[in-house]
Amino acid sequence: MKDVLKIADKTFNSRLFTGTGKFSSSQVMQEAIVASESELVTVALKRVELDNESDNILVHLKEKHMNVLPNTSGVRTAKEAVFAALLAREALGTHWIKLEIHPDPKYLLPDPIETLKAAEELVKLGFVVMPYVHADPVLCKRLEDVGAQCVMPLGAPIGSNKGIMTSDFLEIIIEQSNVPVIIDAGIGAPSHAAYAMELGADAVLVNTAIAVSQNPIQMAIAFKLAVQAGRMAYKAKLASKKQYAEASSPLTSFLNA
Amino acid sequence: MRSFKNTFDLYDWDTLEQDIYNISSNDVQRVLGKEKITLEDFKVLISPAAKPFIEQMAQRSQALTKKRFGNTIQMYLPMYLSNECQNICTYCGFSMTNKIRRKTLSDKEILKEVAHIKRLGYDHILLVTGEANSTVGVSYLKNAICLIRAHFSNISIEVQPLDQDDYESLIEEGLYGVLVYQETYHKATYKTHHPKGKKSNFDYRMDTPDRLGKAGVHKIGIGALFGLEDWRVDSFYTALHLKYLQKTYWKTKYSISFPRLRPHEGNVEPKVEMTDADLVQLICAYRLLDEDVELSMSTRESANFRNNIINLGITSISAESKTNPGGYAVAPESLEQFEICDARSTEEIKQMIQFQGYEVVWKDWDETFSKSV
Repeated sequence: MKDVLKIADKTFNSRLFTGTGKFSSSQVMQEAIVASESELVTVALKRVELDNESDNILVHLKEKHMNVLPNTSGVRTAKEAVFAALLAREALGTHWIKLEIHPDPKYLLPDPIETLKAAEELVKLGFVVMPYVHADPVLCKRLEDVGAQCVMPLGAPIGSNKGIMTSDFLEIIIEQSNVPVIIDAGIGAPSHAAYAMELGADAVLVNTAIAVSQNPIQMAIAFKLAVQAGRMAYKAKLASKKQYAEASSPLTSFLNA
Repeated sequence: MRSFKNTFDLYDWDTLEQDIYNISSNDVQRVLGKEKITLEDFKVLISPAAKPFIEQMAQRSQALTKKRFGNTIQMYLPMYLSNECQNICTYCGFSMTNKIRRKTLSDKEILKEVAHIKRLGYDHILLVTGEANSTVGVSYLKNAICLIRAHFSNISIEVQPLDQDDYESLIEEGLYGVLVYQETYHKATYKTHHPKGKKSNFDYRMDTPDRLGKAGVHKIGIGALFGLEDWRVDSFYTALHLKYLQKTYWKTKYSISFPRLRPHEGNVEPKVEMTDADLVQLICAYRLLDEDVELSMSTRESANFRNNIINLGITSISAESKTNPGGYAVAPESLEQFEICDARSTEEIKQMIQFQGYEVVWKDWDETFSKSV
């Protein structure tokens, strides 16, 4: 059976989602995303000219028939997020939305209260909601309850490239979740992505680490392979880690004497 | 009432100055070995002792900036609406006592300027005025924002300090950000340069970012005008102000600008010179202190300096700015607030930025985000 990822009514062969920010040009962005073989690409609404058919970012994505996932980056409240999502649906013709509500413009940390509120509202309005959240297992369950089609917990602060700093919580989220878990922020190296996939994440989203690399195209390929390797390792079941050698049994050998 | 003044009063200018000038090379090396730079460390990084470490600082500043902002430079353009002013600022071309022709743009003239600016490609605009509350007050600004908001995704102002409720009413119309520079945090020097007009009130001006924070504006820009006083001490106060604001108004974004005194009508010589190397050192020190703060560079600086600085930590710049009301299309020959230095066209700047491997960003906001509030 083919190992595909299903979110709402869409299936994905690639478990690497990407973004469009921070690239040195739209051309480089396009080439990197093509090389990554990513099938879902997030775009900040605030960066695109919604009423302009020849918007530079959108044109480069459309040329390659990429699935565009608009995000609400920049909004501070649930109300603003819903407004932005409606605008995106109308302008871009997609009912998929990456819900990002970070009232703190410095660390861009997601507001759990506003996110839950907005998710509930957007699901009612018929959106496929992909919420960016802290690695908070309870919040993830609450989002699932209101109808979010996946959850996107962070590995570390966005753009920090620090890797999977929240693994204890991610493991709980992955264990409990009935919707796909996509690790969203902080992934700075292919090894981090592989690790996230080994933990059992359904997908990862990587932007900064690819865009800011000296060679974004090579880095995109490296991430593609790392995600595949991590997924394969997860499916093949990793051997369990051992704290102590098992050669002798100093505590229980008397039983055999 | 929460106010920066409480923090400001804990520091003494002369003690700070002494501290900064007594810093040793060992202090600098210790700070450069740290991962997290504090306000105390910032003092070390702007000291004369840090000068020999400028390349190291620049390398780190570049890496941090790329990590946070990527390979992008945001473009903006100032649009001067009026040069009427009831203040005396000894260093400013619009100062009340300067005998220049005063002009405030009409609706028609504003739209003429807008048409020209849109042709250049800009989507982030900065509206600038002097301080003439009877003719260019809140209602004038409100009207101007309403007139232009369909044409720009992001509207900021650099005008006289206003009250909190005035800011709130402008935010409702779509105002995104406000720039307000303290000019100098040295109270006595401030008085000598602002002897008359509303601006002579040091405390009211210094309290402006607090009023903006309370009003809930999206972005606040602060800075000092370099040349009035020792740039190192003024920059420490600016950084202190930044850190206070970030903690207090945590939903607001911040930007820092670095204006150096430029020649203008009714000259005043800089009291303290700030060299190009000094300015580079300062920009890098800010970036090391704060990965996320926007650092902005105007056309006051030379072409050569600007070409090199976009690699070092700057995140937004303007091009072919006119500092006279109507300067783009209505009255290009009128007298400017100060002489700009880099007069290259927007197209030339765009090519220069792209040549250095950066994407030119025109739009990074959407007016609907402001409207839905």
